[in-house]
Amino acid sequence: MAARNLSGFLVLVLVIAICEAAFVFHPITDAHRSAALDLFTPLDGSFSSLEEAYEALRSFEILGIDKKPDIRSTTCHSVLETLGSSSSSPKDLYHALRVNGILKCEVKEELFEGIVLSLKAIVSSASSLLEFYYSIGSLALIKDQSSNANVLLSDAAGVFRSIKALSQSDGRWRYGSNNPESSTSAAGLAFKALAGVIALASSEIDQAMLGTLKNDISKLFDSVEKYDDGAFYFDEKVVEAHEHQGPLSTTASVVRGITALADVTSGNIKLPGDKILGLAKFFLGIGVPGDTKDFFNQIDSLASLENNRVSVPLILSLPATVLSLSKKDQLKVKVNTVLGSNSPPLTVKLVRASRSGSKDGSIIESQDLKFDKESDSHFLDLPKTVDVGKFVFVFEVVLHDSELEKVYATGGQTQVPVFITGFIKVENAEIAVLDSDLGSVESLKKLDFAGESIVLLSANHLQKLRLSFQLTTPLGLAFKPHQLVEKLVRLQVFLKLRHETKVDHIFVVGNSGKKFEILLDFLGLVEKFYYLSGSYDIELTVGDTVMENSFLKAIGKIELDLPEAPEKAPRPPLQPVDPYSRYGPKAEISHIFRAPEKRPPKELSLAFLGLTFVPLVGFLIGLLCLGVNFKNFPSSAVPATFAILFHLGIAAVLLLYVLFWLKLDLFTTLKVLGFLGAFLLFVGHRILSHLASSSAKLKSA
Amino acid sequence: MARSTGKDAQALFHSLRSAYAATPTNLKIIDLYVVFAVSTAFIQVAYMAFVGSFPFNSFLSGVLSCIGTAVLAVCLRIQVNKENKEFKLKLESIYRHKVLSGISADAERDLPAERAFADFVLCNLVLHLVIINFLG
Repeated sequence: MAARNLSGFLVLVLVIAICEAAFVFHPITDAHRSAALDLFTPLDGSFSSLEEAYEALRSFEILGIDKKPDIRSTTCHSVLETLGSSSSSPKDLYHALRVNGILKCEVKEELFEGIVLSLKAIVSSASSLLEFYYSIGSLALIKDQSSNANVLLSDAAGVFRSIKALSQSDGRWRYGSNNPESSTSAAGLAFKALAGVIALASSEIDQAMLGTLKNDISKLFDSVEKYDDGAFYFDEKVVEAHEHQGPLSTTASVVRGITALADVTSGNIKLPGDKILGLAKFFLGIGVPGDTKDFFNQIDSLASLENNRVSVPLILSLPATVLSLSKKDQLKVKVNTVLGSNSPPLTVKLVRASRSGSKDGSIIESQDLKFDKESDSHFLDLPKTVDVGKFVFVFEVVLHDSELEKVYATGGQTQVPVFITGFIKVENAEIAVLDSDLGSVESLKKLDFAGESIVLLSANHLQKLRLSFQLTTPLGLAFKPHQLVEKLVRLQVFLKLRHETKVDHIFVVGNSGKKFEILLDFLGLVEKFYYLSGSYDIELTVGDTVMENSFLKAIGKIELDLPEAPEKAPRPPLQPVDPYSRYGPKAEISHIFRAPEKRPPKELSLAFLGLTFVPLVGFLIGLLCLGVNFKNFPSSAVPATFAILFHLGIAAVLLLYVLFWLKLDLFTTLKVLGFLGAFLLFVGHRILSHLASSSAKLKSA
Repeated sequence: MARSTGKDAQALFHSLRSAYAATPTNLKIIDLYVVFAVSTAFIQVAYMAFVGSFPFNSFLSGVLSCIGTAVLAVCLRIQVNKENKEFKLKLESIYRHKVLSGISADAERDLPAERAFADFVLCNLVLHLVIINFLG
């Protein structure tokens, strides 16, 4: 139980640590580049639609990926097809032109002129925002791609007004005049369309109109939402199930709109720098999205933020927020644009650094970081007075060229949580067994955590166990939990007693001023220990986020002599079965074979084998005694041959039997025996009938 | 009394021996063969009594092979023995058709020893096929 609590607690600590790590934003890195190549993979040499093709090509372009898949020929083919078709909608044309803008397919000028005429007709008759957006967007794209086509709108002010007519009082837009619901991402589309109108206008747009537009933007920014970490984002107020757009695509739409607008009005529209920085942080805070749409929205929006002419966000990031005192780590800070390119010359100032969560004064104040050209980072050696702990560092970015301050958004002061870790010394560690009534020390042992030595103690239920030690920081101060209290991150000191039967008990070691001390009164713990006498292993755990030498150490064994368990005493809990053991090897199955029969000694068997030959020998000797001879053996050639064949046949059959015994099976044996038998019958008949006839003759004679 | 019994036994033994000496040689060979087979069987039984009958089928095969061949040899001896009139008379009926066909009845009345020997060989081969099969 206690162990589970502990692990849950550690998980919580980790989660918090991860959440806090997210406070530090990092610019786009190579992780995005490799992710882009994984995400945007064409099927059979092309993407399923021109929109997807554009998203892929644009992402590769922004990230500067050269090794992109070769889709030019197939994609250009479908671009020309779309542009040439009279049934293409403005949306199709828009995507085709966007792809063409990157791939520079060879499109004939006449084709553009035809498209421009039909688009202008759509613009003048359009009623919905999307029609305006796609047709004006297409015209603006043609303006960049064709030198001859006359794309300028003669009635720019009229178009501007009809788009503006769809705006709402809170800065959001409607998709059409008969659609009463307003949307934030529609506002982004409207800004983009309006930026297109201003760019395409044949005459200057009225400044009063631009003034109302500025008003709309500032109203829209009133509805911006904020995360705790300083990231800003836009979200739809009304969530429509069928067309839901998340905060990412909504924010991306707005960012594209306002940056486009800021570009064409060349500085007339001011955007609040901290909000721009907040939006950039929002996009960077997502990490690497796993979806192509999200990925494109993130990268494209960051690119528009980086390339806008009004305020370019600069991101201050720390390669490491955990600094080790024992390794003499330097404080390093990098300042980059969102896409990771270098910043203009600037100085990073450490305004102050203070212990997180405490009111004591700051430990470092207004220090300028030195700039290192090689690693392109700003660094500072930590002063000697810095001790371990969790700190908040406040940085400020000061641009060398004050003119540039209007162009770059640095966001004022940036707070970064920094952990400074170090080696914590354990001192005056001792473990003692005390007598309960008098409190006198029965046995006291010093503990040395550096060595491997363990102590052996013994105690009964009337005694107490006392463990005490001190922790000191590198600066020589007592290392106390209250120094570190920051939410749940705190020093953890546990003492664990584990019985031989794996039943363990965990105690939290308390802190009294300078010392850590725990006093275990075994009398009160008898029931908790389930009356289990015997040897207990003692383990001590000391750990903290800023402690580099956190340890879990077996410090010794204690032989406990506890009273017998009464009848109703609680039983020790069963040890949980290790869930992984299910997948482990099963117990080996041993097969039971019949034990072999007892065999006689080999010599005895051989002796009897010899003995069985004795009658044979006797038989042969008997034959000799009887005077057996071969006189009756046929003397003429033919019967003699048959006689020999007869005996050979019998010998062959007997040999076959031996083979049958040794290796042949019954069927083979019978087959061969069939032939041999027939042969034997034949020769046997011949020789025996010859003998019979000769003996009959002998008799008759 | 005891002496006379010994003498009588001796006399009996002697007369038996002299009577047996008159037996034809080929019958003596068969007798010797029977003795050989039975004593081999006896040795195997003795082995079993000493050691145990563990490969019981092997033991049975060995003993039955000996007993079987001894029995067959005895059968051979019965047929070959010329004094076995009874056996011959029985056979007479079998050969009656030959008597009728004009062949000398006297010559045919003796069962050819070769025929009996052929039976003996055939039966032994069949017996040992079974024995080997059973030997394991």
